[in-house]
Amino acid sequence: MAKALKCNICENQATVHLTQILNNKIHKVDLCESCAQEKGVTDPNGFSLADLLVKASGEDEGGDEAALKCPSCGYTQAKFRKTGRLGCPDCYIHFRGTIDSILANMHKGTAHCGKVPANARAHMSLREEVARLEEELKKAVDAERYEEAAEYRDRIQAVKEEHGRKE
Amino acid sequence: MIIKPLLDSKAELTHGNVSKCPVVLSTRIRLARNLAGYAFPGWAGESQRREVLAKCFESAAGVTSLKRGLKFEIGDLGDLEKKILYERHLISRELISGKQGAGALISKDQSCVVMVNEEDHLRIQVLRSGFHFKRAWRTIDRIDSGIEERLPFAFSPELGYLTACPTNLGTGMRASAMMHLPGLVISNQMEKVIRAVNQLGIAVRGLFGEGSDASGSIFQISNQMTLGEGEQRIIKRLSGVLESIIEQENNARGKLFEGERTKLHDKIARAYGILRNSRVISSAEAMNLLSLIRLGLDVGLFDQDKRDLLDRLMIESQPGHIQYSAKHLAESDERDVLRAAYLRTEFEKIPQPDFGSTKRRNTRKE
Repeated sequence: MAKALKCNICENQATVHLTQILNNKIHKVDLCESCAQEKGVTDPNGFSLADLLVKASGEDEGGDEAALKCPSCGYTQAKFRKTGRLGCPDCYIHFRGTIDSILANMHKGTAHCGKVPANARAHMSLREEVARLEEELKKAVDAERYEEAAEYRDRIQAVKEEHGRKE
Repeated sequence: MIIKPLLDSKAELTHGNVSKCPVVLSTRIRLARNLAGYAFPGWAGESQRREVLAKCFESAAGVTSLKRGLKFEIGDLGDLEKKILYERHLISRELISGKQGAGALISKDQSCVVMVNEEDHLRIQVLRSGFHFKRAWRTIDRIDSGIEERLPFAFSPELGYLTACPTNLGTGMRASAMMHLPGLVISNQMEKVIRAVNQLGIAVRGLFGEGSDASGSIFQISNQMTLGEGEQRIIKRLSGVLESIIEQENNARGKLFEGERTKLHDKIARAYGILRNSRVISSAEAMNLLSLIRLGLDVGLFDQDKRDLLDRLMIESQPGHIQYSAKHLAESDERDVLRAAYLRTEFEKIPQPDFGSTKRRNTRKE
């Protein structure tokens, strides 16, 4: 008989097996019944496999790393692993390592290419933004993600145009 | 009742029916936003949450589409009021169970909602009846920019809008459509559709979110990924998927009415009979029967001008609404009796299904 799978969270025998395909990558999570219950797999109000991935990905890392604390708000990385939620906007800077490793599995890309608030645009110099977008564009082309590349190209165009209007 | 003025005025969902697409009941876009320099609501202390609430209310109330809207703190509402707003998808379960300082601002026509101190400081939502993502995006983009003029949002050039949960990071946008898919459900194709759609990073849920059953054959379909793609492109991709689901649904309906017309007519006629005559009816049964009547209406068995009434009944048959119209709190058993009475009265306004005319039309075609 095949070896019984263990729960990703508590080591009990897993009876709930979830599979989700995101960006052509298969993600699997195995849970025991009580953890599935606790993590809201059966909760009608929004359960996301992505939340579980946050926790599953941090399982083997040591205690030092989990004790990492956000200096702005005092939230710990261990709490983030437990709840899948962050304490404040600055946590994104201080827990960068862990967050980066889960973003690629969770989303279409790892860089923002949507709306930029007007007051943030003012702070960001044109050259800085175009350089960032061009770097992302190159990455997307190299990885043959052409649809994404087209998106970056459009954004570069839009940023340049907007800047032209201001001058 | 705080929410009475809201319930008394005409709502986008029940009175805004300009849609030519019977399959898509409504489209919705929500944006997650947070204030720079404050802890996210789940971690913030009470005084911070209150400060955020005051700031958000003040800024949001200055935006044109939200002026003269209804503003409240969740703690000021009675249980029934919360339930009604939840059944209308105006507020979320998370907001209802929120701590001090959780509140919402709802526009008069209920098409725009700003929830404060839910999972994020701000959850801005715009709802349009029918299949209208472009219009919904234009409206929400304006509201968002309007609030942002007054409040600096937490934003990083690399990661976009910073949210309490990384699943919303980037655009912070969830676009969704509420779809009525009885054809795919009756012909057992829904599972196949859900599987295919999931692979494209699109989520399918029941009427009230993940895990809720698909009563009334109503499904919520939305994007899952928020980072690495711009808002317009997410909407374009989602719309493409929705259009192909509409096509599948129409094909399924076509086949059903071709192959099993009498059987299907019988189902619809029985649904009508029960809704017009029953003495006890649960909300799940009512939803499923109303769904069949809606299907009948789509194929011309009922008058098109009854669509608004039908869409309204789908909302008003839910437990909170039944108690509201009965003007008292009622246990489940009593509610089922009240619901039956309510539906009987309303169905007097809907004449018998007209099988003759479709038969004539079909014979002509043959």
